[in-house]
Amino acid sequence: MEILFDYIIENEIFIYLLLFTIILGFEVISKVPTILHTPLMSGANAISGIVVLGAIILIRQTEPSNLTVLIPASMALLVGSINVFGGFFVTDRMLGMFKKKKKR
Amino acid sequence: MFNLIFLVAAFSLVWGLRLQSSPESAKKGNMLASLGMGLAIIATLFFEIRDTETYNNLFWIVIPIILSFTIGTYVAKNIQMTSMPQMVSIFNGLGGLSAVFLSFIELYKISFLSGENSISYQIILLLSLFIGSIAFTGSFLAFAKLDGYRWSEKLTLPYQHIINIVLFLVVIALSYQYFTTSNDFNFIFLILGVSLIYGIFFVAPIGGADMPVVISLLNSFTGITAALTGIIFSNNVMLLGGILVGAAGTILTVLMCKAMNRSLLNVIIGGFSSSGKSSDKEQSGDVKEISDSDFAIQLFYSSNVIVVPGYGLAVAQAQKLCKEIQEILETNDVEVKYAIHPVAGRMPGHMNVLLAEADVDYSKLIELDEANQNFNSTDIAVVVGANDVVNPDAIDDTGSPLYGMPILKVWESSNVVILKRSMNPGYAGVQNPLFYKDNSKMYFGDAKESLQRLSSELKTLSN
Repeated sequence: MEILFDYIIENEIFIYLLLFTIILGFEVISKVPTILHTPLMSGANAISGIVVLGAIILIRQTEPSNLTVLIPASMALLVGSINVFGGFFVTDRMLGMFKKKKKR
Repeated sequence: MFNLIFLVAAFSLVWGLRLQSSPESAKKGNMLASLGMGLAIIATLFFEIRDTETYNNLFWIVIPIILSFTIGTYVAKNIQMTSMPQMVSIFNGLGGLSAVFLSFIELYKISFLSGENSISYQIILLLSLFIGSIAFTGSFLAFAKLDGYRWSEKLTLPYQHIINIVLFLVVIALSYQYFTTSNDFNFIFLILGVSLIYGIFFVAPIGGADMPVVISLLNSFTGITAALTGIIFSNNVMLLGGILVGAAGTILTVLMCKAMNRSLLNVIIGGFSSSGKSSDKEQSGDVKEISDSDFAIQLFYSSNVIVVPGYGLAVAQAQKLCKEIQEILETNDVEVKYAIHPVAGRMPGHMNVLLAEADVDYSKLIELDEANQNFNSTDIAVVVGANDVVNPDAIDDTGSPLYGMPILKVWESSNVVILKRSMNPGYAGVQNPLFYKDNSKMYFGDAKESLQRLSSELKTLSN
């Protein structure tokens, strides 16, 4: 328990950020209508690929000779960015179908 | 400078998601979000990491990015729209896997190299490892179930729920051991192994029809791991992005559960598939069939028609035919609308995407409440490959497993024609008394063939 309290006190601003982002997230998403839920799911999924930033930071921090870290880290980058690229492209493809047709 | 870029990136992600709330701006929103992601990646490549030395490992960064770009865009371009749920679950699993790799490496660094090792930091790493593993193996099993691999339905063990609880406790016990043995890395291997198995068993008892809910839930798990990884690498954009996804996944999960009138716990325990056949009510009366020409004539001379599309339409790839029939009818001044149930297709909104692919104008799609207000002034309701979402038992049979689920009251229109392959029950495994109502008629056959017959019949009428 103490650890938890210490953590909260040490990272006050961070906790604020956390709380408000959660509220922001719920607010933004709950406005999306059902008809767009599938693209939203794949779009949001693409955003979860943001873990690749961690992979990049990790790779940049690692000595070039340390292959035990570099290889799994670039695997992380590889699979994470498949999620990013694939997710954004397929969402774009889906949303492209929602063009409003001109009335004849 | 780089902090500013991160700020812009974070803003783009949030605003991009916000723009996805209307079909007109959604495409722009997705663009903006991907732009934000791109900015964040570029900034991460070059910003100064505080307190640590950085190295020029561009090779290890550029190669994976080029590879994943090629794979990602290839898959995204060639995937069938009907397989969208499968694809989302695979991508989601990869996101989870990425987080697993990262937390695993960080834990490795703590054990073997000197890394930061406060207890709260390690707890976050372990959490990220655990949740990421569930997202990874769970998503791949969800994919297998959606794609109809037989083996995927047979993974459930007896007493699965008890086993799951035990596994969960084992993970906690192992984590405790890890701390008491002052970071013995063997425990990390064990935790990883058990977590991966837990992910499989977490999804195993859940029925195939409930997979969309599971995918959405796992999606929010991946979001949470992304946020945790953001804490690990003290990167606010990661934290923000992760939480956004976590929130999105959670909300969608709740909405889907509501649309099926079930609690999340009920879905996870998988009560639907096991208790589904309990309704013993005998069906009375005969089923009436409608002939090709009768059906065509009825449609042709009606003034308004509501189509209720279901997954049967999508698997038969008959959306384009549906649109063709709509056009024939519209030239004859028949008003055609599509009533979309919130869980039509395989994901919420999936049917909308499938119809959009066939160029159906989205203003022709009406949602549940609006549709239910319109049925009593509708001449013909045409149900194509849908079943459970039009089952009257959901309203008046308290014993039915569907009871309480909001449904489309098609029987309130003057006539109902149900296109169906056979009299087999739908996903929930329950009989549908709608088929025996006085004003309903059946039109048997594969959705594509049926619509083809109907379409040619209509063409002869209009010539």
